[in-house]
Amino acid sequence: MTSTLATDTEVAAAPLLKKPVRKRRGPKGKTPGDWAILLVAILLGLLIAVPFFMILLNSFKSPADYNANGPLSLPTGLDFGGLTNFWERVNFPEKLWNSFFISSIVAVAAVLISMLNAFALGIGRVRGRTWIVVLILLANMLPQEVLLYPLYFMFKQVGLYDNQWAVIIIFVVIQSAFGTYLLASVYGTFPKEILEAASIDGASRWRILWRVVFPISRGTLSVLLIFFFIWTWNEFLIPLTFLVSNATQTVPVSIAVLQGDRLMDVTTTSASALLGLLPTLIFFLIFQRTLTRGITAGAVK
Amino acid sequence: MVMSRTAPAPRRRLLPSLIPGSASRAFWPYLIPGLALLTLIVIVPLVWNIYLTFTSYRGIRPPEFIGLENWEKLFADQVFWTSFGNSIAMVIAMVVVPTLLGLVLAAMLFDLIGKKFGGKLASFFRATYYLPQILPGVIAAIVIGWILRPQNGALNEVLEGIGLGGLAHNWLGSPDTALPSIMVIMIWVQLGYPIVIFMAALERVDPELYEAAELDGANWIQRFRSITVSIIRPEIFVVTLTCTIAALKVFGPIYTLTGGGPGTSTIVPAYYAYSEFFQSQQVGYGATIATALTVVIAAVSIVFIMAQTRLERKEEEI
Repeated sequence: MTSTLATDTEVAAAPLLKKPVRKRRGPKGKTPGDWAILLVAILLGLLIAVPFFMILLNSFKSPADYNANGPLSLPTGLDFGGLTNFWERVNFPEKLWNSFFISSIVAVAAVLISMLNAFALGIGRVRGRTWIVVLILLANMLPQEVLLYPLYFMFKQVGLYDNQWAVIIIFVVIQSAFGTYLLASVYGTFPKEILEAASIDGASRWRILWRVVFPISRGTLSVLLIFFFIWTWNEFLIPLTFLVSNATQTVPVSIAVLQGDRLMDVTTTSASALLGLLPTLIFFLIFQRTLTRGITAGAVK
Repeated sequence: MVMSRTAPAPRRRLLPSLIPGSASRAFWPYLIPGLALLTLIVIVPLVWNIYLTFTSYRGIRPPEFIGLENWEKLFADQVFWTSFGNSIAMVIAMVVVPTLLGLVLAAMLFDLIGKKFGGKLASFFRATYYLPQILPGVIAAIVIGWILRPQNGALNEVLEGIGLGGLAHNWLGSPDTALPSIMVIMIWVQLGYPIVIFMAALERVDPELYEAAELDGANWIQRFRSITVSIIRPEIFVVTLTCTIAALKVFGPIYTLTGGGPGTSTIVPAYYAYSEFFQSQQVGYGATIATALTVVIAAVSIVFIMAQTRLERKEEEI
């Protein structure tokens, strides 16, 4: 078990440590078979992208336009009815802010906790670190349902039910579990000479952490930060359970609870899906390069 | 943990910290915030939840100890077994299909499209296939659910438009198509993940190996099987394990699209536990379902990791 964990992390962490830059050879002669495969790739891409186009197309139609011309036609005129309807109904800016607030605090706090944990486990090599890592990973592997009711009860007792801080605390623990697992193995291979030099200069552990370890591992930390942000943004079960009043809800929860509602006509529903997918699409475009480097590190989802 | 590879002896010597002059003991304070939070948010609730499985608890009066009654009920509960049967459907949709298809597609993009048409185009395809993965699970479900709507849904309208109106259907509302529809949604969501991981893994494959095999007269399928699959096997393990866990945990799409219905045709353990907690107020029984799910996930993980270790060992012997 131990060695497997180590191998997994090394495999996962490898892309963070070195940038594989290999020049690929230029195009060779293309056979008809190659073109056929290109066609297959294009068709599959279209198949995967079609739902996105459909949502985009139909979010700007009026219900009458949809009923008259069907889902595949271009809108006869730009109609923002569905979008404004949904936007006002759920007070969308508030939901955006809620999601943003929860996700950013979780991301920063979970990176911090991961770093402190990994500093002790990877660099400090405290006794029993294998078991501590296994224990911490538990938080990430468990189905959240198994924690749900006791957490619900606990937070109700302390008056944090229907409060965003309950969700924040829970996700700091769950996200930092993965962060600790990954970062402990990265720190385990930290260049020893640098640490030696720093300690000869008389730096304390706390100083070494902030002045040496933190700056050198900034690349990995920023990948973790982005992951934690997006993962928390996308979470559903725990926000659904803990954030029951409208004013505290996140974007996915506020959209999901309105599905099937009688007032949601076909174009309003489409608009709600568009508003739900836009933020993550924007994050993806902003962070694309960091992410594609880091996705392999995020093998545990 | 990290040192286990370099120290093969069964009894490992305690290694000092990486900072000279600092005893590893001195690093304990750094673990305090993390471990305190972990205890509060994971360990205490986990133990508490296990205790609840031995009680009858409706959320108002204190839990009443009833021994193994919940567990006996669980094993005789048809709905519970249906929910696990549906989990197997989720495993097919989120693990088996995406991994097999992902292997072929990753190799296709990397080997053929990347090499013949340029790496830029291959990256573009990869990003397109990955697109559904970036969405929150419930939003992805809503996107496809919108297309499958029974009243004037896009798929039914299109079918009518091309004269196949007879095929129009209440996709998510009929027992015969609800589960397959959910499976299609999950394949759509999941496919990009193995492709991205496998394409990154393929960077490790030495192109000279392929050239040598090509000279020996191996065709593309033979090269794929004997070189590609064997080299990226660690990633195949990671992908199948993490996706299996995700498949067993599916909740959001079921909650949003079908609520487990019609009847129990799309119920999954996670949703069943949730509905017992908050709809039927049978907290003790909900805790039992959640614990059973945890046991299954733990067992699957252990079997996977043992199989992987055994394979690795076998390879070292050869």
